Amino acid sequence: MSEAAAAHAAHGHEHDLGFVRTYVFSTDHKMIAKQFLWLGLIMMLFGGLFAIMVRWQLGYPEEPMPGFGWVPEPYMYEGIIPPEFYNMLFTMHATIMIFFVIMPILVGCFGNYLIPLMIGAPDMAFPKLNMLSVWLSILAAIVMLMGFVAPGGHSASGWTAYAPLSAKAEYTGVGLGMDLWIISLLILAFSSLAGSINYITTVINMRAQGMTYFRLPLVLWSLFVVAILLLLSLPVLTAGLAMLLFDRTLGSSFFLAEGGGDPLLWQHVFWFFGHPEVYVLILPAMGIASDVLSTFSRKPVFGYRSMAYAMIAIGFLGFIVWGHHMFQSGMNPTLGSSFMVTTLIIAVPSAIKTFNWLGTLWGGQIRFTVPMLNGLAFVSMFVIGGLSGIFMASTPVDIYIHDTYFIVAHIHYVVFGGSFFGLFAGIYYWYPKMFGKEMNRPLGHIHFWGTFVFFNLTFFPMHFLGTGGMMRRIYNPLQYEFLKPLQPWNEFVTIMAILLGIFQIFFAVNFIYSLAKGKKAEVNPWEANTVEWTAPTPVPHGNFPEPVTVYRGPYEYSSAEVTEDWLPQTRRLETSAASAH
Amino acid sequence: MLNWLPENVSTYGAEIDRMFYVIYYVTMIAFILVAIAMIWFLIKYRRREGGRAKYTHGNNTLEVIWTIVPAIILVILAIMGQSSWGKIKIDMPPGEIHVNVHAKQFNWDMTYPGPDKKFGTEDDVTLENEMHVPVNKVVRIDMTAKDVIHSFFVPQLRLKQDVVPGRVIPAWFEATKPGTYEIPCAELCGFGHSGMNGRLIVHSPEDYEVWVKKTWPST
Repeated sequence: MSEAAAAHAAHGHEHDLGFVRTYVFSTDHKMIAKQFLWLGLIMMLFGGLFAIMVRWQLGYPEEPMPGFGWVPEPYMYEGIIPPEFYNMLFTMHATIMIFFVIMPILVGCFGNYLIPLMIGAPDMAFPKLNMLSVWLSILAAIVMLMGFVAPGGHSASGWTAYAPLSAKAEYTGVGLGMDLWIISLLILAFSSLAGSINYITTVINMRAQGMTYFRLPLVLWSLFVVAILLLLSLPVLTAGLAMLLFDRTLGSSFFLAEGGGDPLLWQHVFWFFGHPEVYVLILPAMGIASDVLSTFSRKPVFGYRSMAYAMIAIGFLGFIVWGHHMFQSGMNPTLGSSFMVTTLIIAVPSAIKTFNWLGTLWGGQIRFTVPMLNGLAFVSMFVIGGLSGIFMASTPVDIYIHDTYFIVAHIHYVVFGGSFFGLFAGIYYWYPKMFGKEMNRPLGHIHFWGTFVFFNLTFFPMHFLGTGGMMRRIYNPLQYEFLKPLQPWNEFVTIMAILLGIFQIFFAVNFIYSLAKGKKAEVNPWEANTVEWTAPTPVPHGNFPEPVTVYRGPYEYSSAEVTEDWLPQTRRLETSAASAH
Repeated sequence: MLNWLPENVSTYGAEIDRMFYVIYYVTMIAFILVAIAMIWFLIKYRRREGGRAKYTHGNNTLEVIWTIVPAIILVILAIMGQSSWGKIKIDMPPGEIHVNVHAKQFNWDMTYPGPDKKFGTEDDVTLENEMHVPVNKVVRIDMTAKDVIHSFFVPQLRLKQDVVPGRVIPAWFEATKPGTYEIPCAELCGFGHSGMNGRLIVHSPEDYEVWVKKTWPST
């Protein structure tokens, strides 16, 4: 493999591939990673806008939304959101954020960028399959957005698309939009499948000399586990989506009771994919946080092996907890008991990870850089999201809080507080290597503190709303007597959500401004140990001018072997090369 | 947070609330401990000139402790939860009053068997979005859905149960306080989901007699 790397690198300079092969149909994993990143960032604008619109309706029900008077009927009526459009908004907010923001950035971008660079490989194992993967994702995104102009509007069945609501056009009035939603996710499933095969093959086959499995950085462990989860769970989703499409278009009855089908079958199929999917969204953030915490504490990750085993355990257990989404579904309640047990068990590896992150901080020399702040926010918000999960894991408590805003609060603590802070930590951390420029530090601090404060002010009060009994996915809380006293909280949450959105402008400005005017980045600005930081900046085609040899684990910070407080994985020490582990 | 829970008016609601409190205090203590440790570490171990971090790869004793302690706490929570869950959803008591609920976009149809206590006979009465029950009696409901999945939710009773087309799904409750409570639908069921709302009227024994007399004048 190292010969191939050298040959590849040598050729890299000779090739002049032209604009299209370099920037559009590129097979270079770094360009593909950037394409995934741009896809995610552009789709984030849609996902975020829809969130603000949903919040507007809940905070100020049926009042005209300022600045939205131009949106034509039947979407909005002089700025007022009708219930049909409202249902489309929350459906598409979740669909886009999960499938077209977090997955492309955390899995698509970081997976593609980091796997070859961190294992010292010239590229992914299957570069053309990789190109197919990103273009299928882009196609899926286009198909998804097209749903908005379909007659009857876009999918309005929630991102979980529970049958029979999603299985028959007459129940929602949505025709083609729902079909496009299904087709888009089918395309995306093929994209992710291609990606995961590539990730698994690359990690297994293309590690540089000396890069054993237990010298992989934890972010690679997380991406490796994620690829396996996707490989095993996506075919199930694909089958389910195909059945749903057949029910809608060919008259089959997989999920329709009147034809002998069962609506609960969809929930089993969907959540068999959907729960591992939650871990697909959170595991890469855990990996990023582990790397960032270790680098900026200048300490080895505490309990590296337990961290890796905990991720494997989460990946495995993630496949046998799906029923906790269905405690109140009408599924046999005895089955609910077993799913409660597995769900509580999965909290153990999460607890192990949390304590090991604390152990990593203990005794460190902590540098409060922007990626570190986001990494620390990830840990603390993940703790809240994990602990609030125990409420709904307990079957009797779930009777009351199921399908309320308590669940909405929980998922946002995990997916925004977890995945998004992980995503921001990753972007701030690897941006200098990816784009060869430094990001602006003051803007980064403003973005972080604004996001951290307003994230909590937006989502923590949702626990109160859920405790008060407010249901998810309702259009107007004022239609219910028992929810009227809670309305001030709804208004408060809406204002905080708008402020949270405004603070994201600092990130967008920083990202684009640094691209154009940022200071040229050093090769290893954070004094980090992992292999990607030894590649030249900007990283050339083929990544490494010389074949890479790895001598030690990824987190040898403050080792007594050297006077500096960092010891790169690739640095050969004359005295102790033989004894290095 | 706890004082946002609506008033509980059901026999098993108190058990659900107690479990809610237990988990609330357990998780709050866990969070406070983690938060204190984290803030303390962040202040104590902030970067100092000339300082050097402790070079350590971990500690096996600690790993074992923080694996086993959460595991024990979670097992206890699981056992505590299981007994209430069994009582509420598995071993249902025989009902003294029977009502059939038929959910459809976007109403609850409540059917009462009438004085002969049999469904499917002439004296059945169906009321739209209105359920009348006496206080302190076990009410058994059997639920069906016409079109899509709905969810029968009475916040004050701590009762929630999805209603799925093609199945008859049982539920029960025993209300402890007369009054009128809302029955929102808690599962997205279409454009009219919001506002799909019934009324549960819990009568005192005397009022219930009056209502029965009014509904079935022949008795």
